[in-house]
Amino acid sequence: MFDEILAHKNSIIHELDPRTRIISSLILSFAAALSDKFLILGIYFLISLALIYMASIDFFYIIKRLKPVFLFLLMIWIILPLTFQDKMFLKIPFFSFSKFLTLSIPGLELCAKITLKSITIVLIFVSLVATMTFASIGNGLHKLFVSDKMVFLILMTYRYISVIEHEYKKLLRAAKFRGFKPRTNLHSYRTYAYIAGMLFVRASNRAKRVYQAMVCRGFNGKFYTLDTFDSSKLSLIFIFIIFAITFFLVLIEAWI
Amino acid sequence: MNKPIIELENISFSYPDSNIKILDKLNFKVFKNDKIGIIAPNGSGKTTLFYTIMGLCKPFSGNIKILGKLVKTEKDFSFVRSKIGLMFQDADDQLFSPTVLDDVAFGPLNLGYSNIDACDIAKKILYDLGLEEFENSITHRLSGGQKRLVAFASVLAMKPSILLLDEPTAGLDTNAKEKIEKILMNLDISYIVISHEFNFINKITNKTVSMENGKIFKDDEVHIHQHEHIHKLGKLPHKHV
Repeated sequence: MFDEILAHKNSIIHELDPRTRIISSLILSFAAALSDKFLILGIYFLISLALIYMASIDFFYIIKRLKPVFLFLLMIWIILPLTFQDKMFLKIPFFSFSKFLTLSIPGLELCAKITLKSITIVLIFVSLVATMTFASIGNGLHKLFVSDKMVFLILMTYRYISVIEHEYKKLLRAAKFRGFKPRTNLHSYRTYAYIAGMLFVRASNRAKRVYQAMVCRGFNGKFYTLDTFDSSKLSLIFIFIIFAITFFLVLIEAWI
Repeated sequence: MNKPIIELENISFSYPDSNIKILDKLNFKVFKNDKIGIIAPNGSGKTTLFYTIMGLCKPFSGNIKILGKLVKTEKDFSFVRSKIGLMFQDADDQLFSPTVLDDVAFGPLNLGYSNIDACDIAKKILYDLGLEEFENSITHRLSGGQKRLVAFASVLAMKPSILLLDEPTAGLDTNAKEKIEKILMNLDISYIVISHEFNFINKITNKTVSMENGKIFKDDEVHIHQHEHIHKLGKLPHKHV
């Protein structure tokens, strides 16, 4: 879980300041989400592909990563074209020739737009945000004046989710070693409920101990970070380019 | 006479949902240069004793004096926590920052050091413990032994006057154990160690105590005793040095 595979690479994107990457990804994804013209959307899509290339991420890995998005899009492609009552694109015979399924043009257009937008946004986030470690994201958010508590919550969740996952695996292993095989019966449901319950108990105990350990080291509710990264020239240039491109694209869209 | 740095007088404590007094009118004194080992059965209150000293468990009777000062309120204990370092049994409880350097610098930052100073302190401690290569490692990816050493570094970074170590070697292999032994032997501050390992306690402490029925028992003398043991070729006549 959360292996941060993409974070440990060397590329131009990896050299950028976390703040730059967070802001750039937000700007680009908002602009792409709010855009309504195919041409502009296409350009955003190309930009996202360029970013993926710049972050030197493997193409096949991206396809794998996009799987859940594809599933979501598939659902939309099935539902939307059939539910729009507008200009007809195609009639498909359904059961008998007297009944038809109608595919509407605006429905198909909307599907295509949603597809382009979602893939673009995911690609932007994979290339800019997923290429950071959680620690850097936390530091970036902290520098962007996100509240201390929020940043702390994110970092602690990340830190302990793997511990809780480990506990869950331990419990499940213990059950399996004593011959537990999940089936659709009350015993299985009860066992899973026990494991979930035990997980809550352990997580709560763990939280208590972590808090005690923090208090022992002088924690008083204020979270300090050691972030010392400076905004390099590269980061400034990058964010300027992103700003400029987005600005021009918004202008062009308003114009055409 | 030498004044005790930790003094517990008639401390009694029991957990809210239990009738058993885990600490029962316990008296305990720790002096400067004391290196005390606590060997006692599970559930005898060793960890609770540490928690009481740190103010994590509030006793319902008795007095706690740290460095000659009576401590009662949470504010008093925040002073105690800057002077006494507690290393928890489970290193995962202690390492919550994303990177090793962040975690070791957490204590110094809380004590009011600047970012640069805290970073320097952390780096120095990591270097002293031979952990400099892990500086930017992600804490939860370290091995059990590495986690323990980093947790140790994070406690030492607070520059405590006294260390409380709760089973520092449990679950560690010989190499990691030897490393901790070496570090402890080179420390010039007082410490109390809970452990179930006689050899370890013997090497690193100058006093041994035990706990039973919520009280502490002193055992200053070393007793020579016989016990059975097992090793290869054990049935042939041989000598142990």
